[in-house]
Amino acid sequence: MLKIKDLHAKIDGKEILRGINLEVKAGEIHAIMGPNGSGKSTLAAVLTGNEAFEVNEGEVEFNGEDLLDMAPEDRAREGLFLSFQYPVEIPGVSMTNFMRTALNEQKKHKGEEPLSASDFLKLMRDRKKLVDIDSDLTNRSVNEGFSGGEKKKNEIFQMAMLDPKLAILDETDSGLDIDALRIVANGVNKLKRSDNATILITHYQRLLDYIEPDYVHVLYKGRIVKSAGKELARELEEKGYDWIKKEFEE
Amino acid sequence: MVKIAEQDTSLLNLFNESRSLIEKDSSPLVNQWRTKAEEAFKQLGIPSNKVEAYKYTNLQPWFKAQYAYSFSENGYQGKIDEIFKCDVESMESHTVFMVNGKFIPGSNGNVLPQGVVIGSFSELAKKHSLIIEKYYSKIAPVTEDGMVALNTMFANDGIFIHVPAGKVVEKPIQIVNILTGEKDLMVNQRNLIVIEENAQARVLFCDHTLTQSRFVINSVTEAQIDATANLDFYNIQNQHNGTIQVGGYYFNQEKQSVLNANYFTLHTGIARNNIFARLGGEHAENHISGLYLIDKNQHVDNFSYINHAVPDCESNELFKGVMDDASTGAFTGRILVAKDAQRTNAYQSNNNLLLTENAKMNTRPQLEIYADDVKCSHGATVGQLDDNALFYLRARGISKEEANILLRFAFAYEVIEKIQMPELKEQIRELVEKRFRGELDKCDSCVVCGQVDKNAMRCV
Ligand SMILES: Nc1ncnc2c1ncn2[C@@H]1O[C@H](COP(=O)(O)OP(=O)(O)OP(=O)(O)O)[C@@H](O)[C@H]1O
Ligand SMILES: [Mg+2]
Repeated sequence: MLKIKDLHAKIDGKEILRGINLEVKAGEIHAIMGPNGSGKSTLAAVLTGNEAFEVNEGEVEFNGEDLLDMAPEDRAREGLFLSFQYPVEIPGVSMTNFMRTALNEQKKHKGEEPLSASDFLKLMRDRKKLVDIDSDLTNRSVNEGFSGGEKKKNEIFQMAMLDPKLAILDETDSGLDIDALRIVANGVNKLKRSDNATILITHYQRLLDYIEPDYVHVLYKGRIVKSAGKELARELEEKGYDWIKKEFEE
Repeated sequence: MVKIAEQDTSLLNLFNESRSLIEKDSSPLVNQWRTKAEEAFKQLGIPSNKVEAYKYTNLQPWFKAQYAYSFSENGYQGKIDEIFKCDVESMESHTVFMVNGKFIPGSNGNVLPQGVVIGSFSELAKKHSLIIEKYYSKIAPVTEDGMVALNTMFANDGIFIHVPAGKVVEKPIQIVNILTGEKDLMVNQRNLIVIEENAQARVLFCDHTLTQSRFVINSVTEAQIDATANLDFYNIQNQHNGTIQVGGYYFNQEKQSVLNANYFTLHTGIARNNIFARLGGEHAENHISGLYLIDKNQHVDNFSYINHAVPDCESNELFKGVMDDASTGAFTGRILVAKDAQRTNAYQSNNNLLLTENAKMNTRPQLEIYADDVKCSHGATVGQLDDNALFYLRARGISKEEANILLRFAFAYEVIEKIQMPELKEQIRELVEKRFRGELDKCDSCVVCGQVDKNAMRCV
């Protein structure tokens, strides 16, 4: 589904991603861990087409197409979704209008008819239940005045609405209380199918207790320096990153 | 003695040549003011940008005697039912038409509450001399502003609205100001609105151009809002790029009166609004808002002056602008709090969204506060579209163009929310969206019954 080959990216002349290689297949869950500032969010931003970053080398193939060649909206329409580490507040744009516009633009792209008002509302109701999001949040402006946890839930709600092929969840677990974490994790698990895939960026084992990854990668200084099965996460939780850093420096 | 510009002299000459024609159909009480106005105009002339209040809008290049003048019958001469056939929907409003500054008789006739008068200023000024005597040229600063002086010299027709004490006009009174004709034209329209004690009305001015000629408009509206009366006032401007309009709106508010005034500049060439309000009775409330959406070389200058003359009044002001291309804008928010006007609340803000580097905005608050127990605040911002928000929307599959429109609309939304009439709010919402999509037609009518373009008055 996703093939990243030797991806380099920079911002303000500073190289942040320094040769990333990663392959994600349908049905898989990958966890990406790594110390602060190692480039995890940058990778997510580059994959979704944030123009603040410049790709200076490498290739990314998404469902057989050149991902880097596409505008951000086309990547989303092709089924890529990012749950932002820091969701943006947009006063004056209602959640409902935002979701209807997004969903219908995606439908148009696929050559499908836009949803009728009543079908749309039905879908909203249904997906709200999935993530147990408070009803009045969807009546408000996008993320405006939402608490940290509400913002994260709202990201998963959007994911549930848009039903992506590949979802990248950037620290969606941070800032969630224990109940919210369980709800969000359950939501992600329910959306899981054999034809979609998930990349979880996280610092904590606790998310991985709920959502079991097939692979765990460690990103360090803009490179994936270690990949293994889910046991790697537990090892990191116990030992921290020092041993990996040491291994890498040698 | 100040030396006035040559063109001002030519306007004075035009006035003297045409004076008998202008005065012929006017009330003697209105005519009385012309000499005084002429004297003032000799001093003031057309304001250039050297006049402090007009610093950002030099009117001298535009107001010249060379344009055809509309006091003679060179305006529209057809019958109203030829230009306008409003069907059932029109029942929602009292609609009258002004063509080139002249009242068109036979306008839509919903039944008005007894005693309420709406009609031609020129006609009604003659009938209602008490009202003219009391208010005409008493609210607008005839001797202080060259444009008001000019208007008072040439003033001849416009709209006259009188709502007697205690009367409530439920349906909006809609004045459709149409500019049309093959010739370039200057118009000095004069309006008078009197809302007596405990009365209520909603008045909507819709300004349109229907032909490509250059239109130079200098309109003056005086409005008296008596104690505990309520006026909702709306101005919607949708005029072509060759239009230069100076709109003077002068409100006088008595105690416990409420004014909501909303200005929507959807399309224009050069627009200057002078919005003055004097709060002359305790506990008067004044809410003024404006939204200007401009592009190309369009220019909008909102100049407001809120005079808190007595204690315990409140004023709230919000102007917002979305400016594209090389458009330019200005906002002046003058607030005067008199020495005895204790416990005044006066709030003001002006926020601007500049979509290009070439768009320019000048904004200046001017607070003069002579009382000590006062709550006053003002704020001005000039910003760009939020890139993070733009990316967030695109990352959900929304195209760049659509995301742009959503964000611009989100910015403008706050002003649209101020509209008190739900149907009008919906209509403006649609017009604003059309404007952002570049689909606003000059024939798009703001009128509640929205029929102008479908009828005999052709848009070209
Ligand atoms: N807009 C920017 N301008 C300059 N530097 C940036 C910008 N965005 C990110 N960086 C830098 O890129 C590096 C990687 O940042 P990134 O956000 O990808 O880290 P991360 O792995 O997601 O960290 P965390 O775990 O703290 O979220 C950091 O050194 C950061 O300061
Ligand atoms: Mg990060």
